[in-house]
Amino acid sequence: MTAFYTGTDHFAVLPALLLALFGCAVLLFEFVLPVGMASRRALAALTLAGEGFTAYSLYRQHSYLSSQGWPALTAFQGAVTIDGLALAFNWMFLAAAGLAALISYRYLETEGEHSGEYYGLLLFAQFGMFFLASGTDLIVQFTGLETMALSFYVLVGFLRGRRRSNEAALKYFVLGVLSSGLILYGFSVLYGISGSTKLSAVAGAVAGRGAGDPLIWLAVATLGAGLFFKIAAAPFHMWAPDAYDGGPTPVVAYLSVASKAAAFVLLLRLFLGPLAAAREAWQGLTVMVALASLAVGTIAALSQDNVKRLLAYSSIAHGGYVLLGLVAGNARGLQGIVVYLLTYVFMNTGAFLVLVLLRRGEAEGNHIDDLSGLMRRSPAAAVLMLLFLLSLGGLPPSSGFIAKYYIFLALVESGHYALAAVGAIFAAAGLYYYFRLVKTMFGGRELAGEPLAASMGTRVAMVSTAVVTLGLGLYPEPLLQLALLPVKP
Amino acid sequence: MPDGYLPIFVFLPVAILFPVVTLFVAKLVRPSQPTPSKLGAYECGIEPASNSRGRYTVRYYIVAILFVVFDVETVFLYPWAVRYKQLGWFGVAEVAVFLAILIVGYVWAYKKGAFEWV
Repeated sequence: MTAFYTGTDHFAVLPALLLALFGCAVLLFEFVLPVGMASRRALAALTLAGEGFTAYSLYRQHSYLSSQGWPALTAFQGAVTIDGLALAFNWMFLAAAGLAALISYRYLETEGEHSGEYYGLLLFAQFGMFFLASGTDLIVQFTGLETMALSFYVLVGFLRGRRRSNEAALKYFVLGVLSSGLILYGFSVLYGISGSTKLSAVAGAVAGRGAGDPLIWLAVATLGAGLFFKIAAAPFHMWAPDAYDGGPTPVVAYLSVASKAAAFVLLLRLFLGPLAAAREAWQGLTVMVALASLAVGTIAALSQDNVKRLLAYSSIAHGGYVLLGLVAGNARGLQGIVVYLLTYVFMNTGAFLVLVLLRRGEAEGNHIDDLSGLMRRSPAAAVLMLLFLLSLGGLPPSSGFIAKYYIFLALVESGHYALAAVGAIFAAAGLYYYFRLVKTMFGGRELAGEPLAASMGTRVAMVSTAVVTLGLGLYPEPLLQLALLPVKP
Repeated sequence: MPDGYLPIFVFLPVAILFPVVTLFVAKLVRPSQPTPSKLGAYECGIEPASNSRGRYTVRYYIVAILFVVFDVETVFLYPWAVRYKQLGWFGVAEVAVFLAILIVGYVWAYKKGAFEWV
């Protein structure tokens, strides 16, 4: 009899175990603690402590793998693999969840919807993402995907008293379930042709059939449609603006960066793993979806007056750039994808963070007019927003420039000159709508009202997102090193 | 094509034809005397009081969800009970972890008042 749960297994899934443990603890602690503000602070602190422990266990995996020269650490008979790709994305999820927890406190207080379940779901979503990044078995991956998605459906609808939040959650749920069904259908085809749920076994079966096989086409089409839904790439992007608009802002920050990255890592695991042998089957599809995302995201964002909807369309366009990295298909492309998603975590969370600051009392802070004259009202917030918008637009010296640079470099190196040119045109057009916000902030009429006050957690999140966004733009070396991990042999 | 699928392909037309043929034959031989009570919806012999697509309280939903959780729990406990000796302490530990996770959910639901029928 083989050992069911070895030391290696434990070492590999320890970060996820800690997340689950702290998630359950947050759920139950709420009943032990007395009702009051101090207890709600304790729940937030417990969540951050959980993230801290998870960070430490990830760090141990990181240092172990780097001391061994980056082997792929397999556990549970090959169902879970800890390698450079898994670690790079897990660091990303950790950053996104930590920032979301930091900026949630004041927002939830304002909304009067503060409870342990919120933090529990935050951690459970990250638990699911862990298995998306490190799962190498179809069942494990699907379970991870659903754990993440179900947590997000509830989180998006967390403001129970708001019609918009409920509507957003229902839309996201219905379309999300449809996309999960499509992915599951693709998985069943992969299982059907290989007779195994292990990605390594599926890879052999796919290579044996080649790209022209109708079953491979079916698998690629269903998996592609399902995953592009989750990434919110056009033409499967319909849910994103509504979900982003209606959901609680900290959740939307988390959703837009982490769930996108999690869907991307699943896409990479499948398309660069077993389906790499069938590249011709998905290359054209990915090019079309990437270009459609760039076009829809950029053009639709031009006319948005709701900042959250604007950021939703901008996130669709960003998804398009990342897909272009997959189209390039070389090591530089993979590095570019990780650089892009990692910087996106900080710059996009930063932009939503400023919206969280604007949400106070009766002001919802979602409309472009809410930003009007922000420079005079709260210069620090305005300058930070400028930095994040510069980064989202891809201008130096921010890290967003490095991200776009790497994607375009990968496209040029792999000979996709036309795609690089089209991407650059859309990047330039994207600047227009980001600068519309900048113009309102710096030139608009000043709104009456007290200057924005930030909670402790929000301040920490503000400083860290700003430092990372600017710092990695000026000195990108650590970022590039981290992004090299998935490419390491 | 994997082997062993032939019975399924034989069974498929049989399964489709059986209800079609029985319904058709029944239509030929049965007497037709419709009365209003025969045409009404069948609800255990009681006259239907209202439309079955009406609204009902969300508590039924909570009870149904909780039922499914504990129903699935037993589904996992039976195989463990059958294989108890072979699995040994590993099985005990595994089931303990499984039950601990469910108990967290149970305590949460209890404290949230999911079992109270106001």
